[in-house]
Amino acid sequence: MKTFTFRIGGVHPDENKITAEVATKVAALPKQAIIPLSQHIGAPAKAVVKKGDKVKAGTLIAEAGGFVSAPIFSSVSGTVAKVDMAVDASGYRKPAVFIDVEGDEWEESIDRSDKLERLSDHPELTPEEIVNRVRANGVVGMGGACFPTSIKLTPPPTAKAEWVIINGVECEPYITADYRLMMEHADEILEGVEILMKAVKVDKGFIGIEDNKPKAIELFNQKVKFHPNIKVVPLAKKYPQGGEKQLVDAVVRRQVPAPPAIPVNVGAVVQNVGTAFAVYEAVMKNKPLFERYVTVTGKKLANPGNFIVRMGTPMKQLIEACGGLPEGDNKILAGGPMMGKALPTVDVPVVKGTNSVTILTDDDAKRKEPNPCIRCAKCVSACPMGLEPFLLATLSAHKDWERDEKEDIVSCIECGSCQFTCPAHRPLLDNIRTGKQTVMGIIRARAAEAAAAKKAAEEKAAQAAK
Amino acid sequence: MYLIIPIIVLGLVGLIAAIILYACSKKFAVEEDPRLGAISEVLPQANCGGCGFPGCSGFAAACVNASAKGSLGDLNCSVGGPECMGKIADILGLAAGEATPKVAVVRCNGSCANRPRIAQYDGLMTCRTVNSCGAGETACGFGCLGCGDCVAACKFDAIHMNPETGLPEVDDEKCVACGACVKACPRFIIELRKKGKGKGMRIWVDCVNKDKGAAAKNACKAACIGCGMCEKVCQFDAVHIENNIAYIDQDKCRLCRKCESVCPQDAIHSNGFPKPVEKKKLADLLPKPKPEAEAAPAEQPTAPAAEAKPAENADNNNEQNKEA
Amino acid sequence: MANLIVSLSPHAHGNDSVERNMYGVIIALIPALIVSFLYFGVGSAIVCGTSVIACLFFEWAITKFLLKREKSTILDGSAIITGILLGFNMPSNLPIWIIIIGALVAIGVGKMTFGGLGNNPFNPALVGRAFLLVSFPAQMTTWPEAGQLASYTDATTGATPLAIMKDAIKSGDASVLNKLPDSLDMFLGNPGAGFGAGCIGEVCGAALILGLIFMLWKKIITWHIPVSIIGTVFVIAGLMHLANPIYANPVAVILSGGLLLGAIFMATDYVTSPMTAKGQIIYGVAIGFLTIVIRNFGSYPEGMSFAILIMNAFTPLINTYCKPKRFGEVAKK
Repeated sequence: MKTFTFRIGGVHPDENKITAEVATKVAALPKQAIIPLSQHIGAPAKAVVKKGDKVKAGTLIAEAGGFVSAPIFSSVSGTVAKVDMAVDASGYRKPAVFIDVEGDEWEESIDRSDKLERLSDHPELTPEEIVNRVRANGVVGMGGACFPTSIKLTPPPTAKAEWVIINGVECEPYITADYRLMMEHADEILEGVEILMKAVKVDKGFIGIEDNKPKAIELFNQKVKFHPNIKVVPLAKKYPQGGEKQLVDAVVRRQVPAPPAIPVNVGAVVQNVGTAFAVYEAVMKNKPLFERYVTVTGKKLANPGNFIVRMGTPMKQLIEACGGLPEGDNKILAGGPMMGKALPTVDVPVVKGTNSVTILTDDDAKRKEPNPCIRCAKCVSACPMGLEPFLLATLSAHKDWERDEKEDIVSCIECGSCQFTCPAHRPLLDNIRTGKQTVMGIIRARAAEAAAAKKAAEEKAAQAAK
Repeated sequence: MYLIIPIIVLGLVGLIAAIILYACSKKFAVEEDPRLGAISEVLPQANCGGCGFPGCSGFAAACVNASAKGSLGDLNCSVGGPECMGKIADILGLAAGEATPKVAVVRCNGSCANRPRIAQYDGLMTCRTVNSCGAGETACGFGCLGCGDCVAACKFDAIHMNPETGLPEVDDEKCVACGACVKACPRFIIELRKKGKGKGMRIWVDCVNKDKGAAAKNACKAACIGCGMCEKVCQFDAVHIENNIAYIDQDKCRLCRKCESVCPQDAIHSNGFPKPVEKKKLADLLPKPKPEAEAAPAEQPTAPAAEAKPAENADNNNEQNKEA
Repeated sequence: MANLIVSLSPHAHGNDSVERNMYGVIIALIPALIVSFLYFGVGSAIVCGTSVIACLFFEWAITKFLLKREKSTILDGSAIITGILLGFNMPSNLPIWIIIIGALVAIGVGKMTFGGLGNNPFNPALVGRAFLLVSFPAQMTTWPEAGQLASYTDATTGATPLAIMKDAIKSGDASVLNKLPDSLDMFLGNPGAGFGAGCIGEVCGAALILGLIFMLWKKIITWHIPVSIIGTVFVIAGLMHLANPIYANPVAVILSGGLLLGAIFMATDYVTSPMTAKGQIIYGVAIGFLTIVIRNFGSYPEGMSFAILIMNAFTPLINTYCKPKRFGEVAKK
């Protein structure tokens, strides 16, 4: 089997996909769902329900709060208990809707049948209609970044999409949610890809799957016989292949230029398999995004597994369903060990971007003592963006933001390969992330200043013209 | 003869060099306002940037520019103090502005004892890094992270971590109010406030937690719960609650310390007063009801209850806020 | 409840460590060490042993008493490597007191004055060697012949291949080169084949290559530096040999002296070599070039250590100008 991969850097973390062959279970409904209003990149949604309102699964509870935003739907039926602050995956308190669960009633508009709807049977679905349905049902990128999908499906007029690339890579260790979804819903995913291709008006689709999932590759190779425009691309296992830019490079050999360029500038629209599935459900079944596949995993966990979870279910409940927190010092991650976010409490709810709850115990949970840099340059060869992490980290620690910017710190995708590979256990990414945030702040401030100056100049010119 | 030739040659070389140097110094002379140099001499040359300009030379240039307008305006070198500003004003032939001395105030009292740890942070120990990791080691997403970015930023050795409380403490004597710590703090806890008369008489709310009462109180025993007692007791309209947090406006505050004496959370602190404050009940401090207001002393019944169970009171308040 | 730990991503680590790399290099040095015992016997054991122990002692003493650091760094393996490499760069009949001075200069001046591991601009072992070479040229440039297993300072000395090459160039007589041992013998290092004089670590090419293969396999180093040095030397020495036969044939040039030892173990030192592949190749080519220049036109017969030290000084400059290729800079089709 000929495999492809991205060309610069990369590391090989231990896979630890212990839940790969554990069939997905439906998680129990929570007693109280906590649904944060900010589950996506962009403006938080605005709540449209208040205390005492009755909702069903699929009822709109918050509408999009701006252009880059997405509506949020109730995942359960019951009564709104309050609209208050709750700790979400960012670790901070953010507004959320609390719903006391009563029964499990769904909105009538949702088609709950298992029948596979084919796009070819629905000529009424124009690209605009597809994008509208995706937007209306609150679909966001399911890979973790949670960028509203409808925006990605309407590329800027300067760029032309040529391919849809579906990310079935799942390069993060431990996580198997996408793999289970691929094994259990291959047909739906492929229909979802067709829908995505129609939405961005292209006739070529690729599904990139890493070769550590041979069963998925085989299954999709069989299924794509009925989808002549879609091709399965087997990829050599390497982290961070699931990064958008790395995936585009691996599949179509094009490198997205430095920010602010996005993949569509080189002709690629990248979507996760989970997103393809959510798009299928949103478009064909009119089902808003309110549940998702979540892997609950950890070496010390008694019964790790994969679950279909309603948004707003507290992670505590999932962990208990898997046998409870192990003894010892634990680190609870929303996401995988490479890019996941460590949580200070187990009461954090599952949101649209939660692909996994990973529990690292004892030694796995702790960092090792940092030593002085020995300039081995392993971080340089591991960086998938061709940066020099040791240099960026030092510059950031010394607050040399100007040189940081010159050394392309904003290109950093925060994949953590540098810190993963560092033999001296240095907190490279901790420093780089701070530097990147600061430099991006400086760039934004500069842009705002330039815009203001331009506006002032224009006004002056207008006045002079008068 | 052998002696004379080198002397002549060297003399000629020297002469030519002198001519070139003179020509260059005339041709490429940089015209500089003599006042710039004079101002730079009186400035402390700490280049701290506390004035908002890039270093002391930048500030000197700003002063010269301002003199064209006839006044130094807001320009102030907090390090040099009024003495230095007076000298600058003399150089420029202006009247010096009256600048009130300020001092950095750390507005968090979430010491180890007050604020229970719920998690352990493991990684690079700078406040900025911890801040991007969520609320940090405690449940308070607003309070001090205790890694000392402010200490590292201070060029005057005026702020230090107290190992007992885990909080930074400002040395009034050394602090020049340059504002470096204010900028360094990722959570905007430190504020430059008026130093106050005497030994630095000032009063401030020692908390920046914007969570609602119950959440704030769960996170930290010393948190401001936004109960509003201080707002009610203040006769000068100086204390206001916004986003569940009280803030004392120094321009209006007359240092009567009533707010401090009623605060159920002891979240209002003072400095430089001769005596510690006496705790009082809200009801005793409220102005005597005037005849027309007598009909509706709505505060009276709630106040004792509030004293006993402040958290619930805060909740009530919040409920009211929400409904409103 | 036990602790919940929070930190920023990544939460996984690749289990690589400074120690793993350092001890990997030490393992790679073992074949050459064994061969050196077979050649020089007691002398080699005394020199290498003294050098390692002295390096460890100075590292410990300086960390503890001068820098007053809590954490001892003697176990990270770097001082052991410096010790072995310093020993490898000495003749096997060197008196103990010179070795100790060498170790003090290597660790004290070469490494700790700059702040310890990771901050030294020059390879410490080479700083020590260069110091000794300049201070004690007589002792440092008389090498005992191999095979005298029981003798130390009393060993009889002989001419090294490099000295023979230098003689040929000086006299302009190509026939002097006939005294050179066979290239295969130099590679395998046959003790008793009538040659063998040289520094402890440089007598057997095969053992050093074995170390190189081990380090490449374990991904401790990349191929760029050794290959570019050896390749450059081969090309330049080959051209010179073709142009004028008084210059030795390129294979002999590569196998003689400390070239392989330097190319494999000294030039590849993490701290003092460039970071990027492009930079490493520039560095390697320059070292190869300088080595040939010093060997053939300089006054010392061996130029490897000076070439490496010179290029160590250029490493920061190379790092500044040789940036890795950024993602997205590739020209679009």
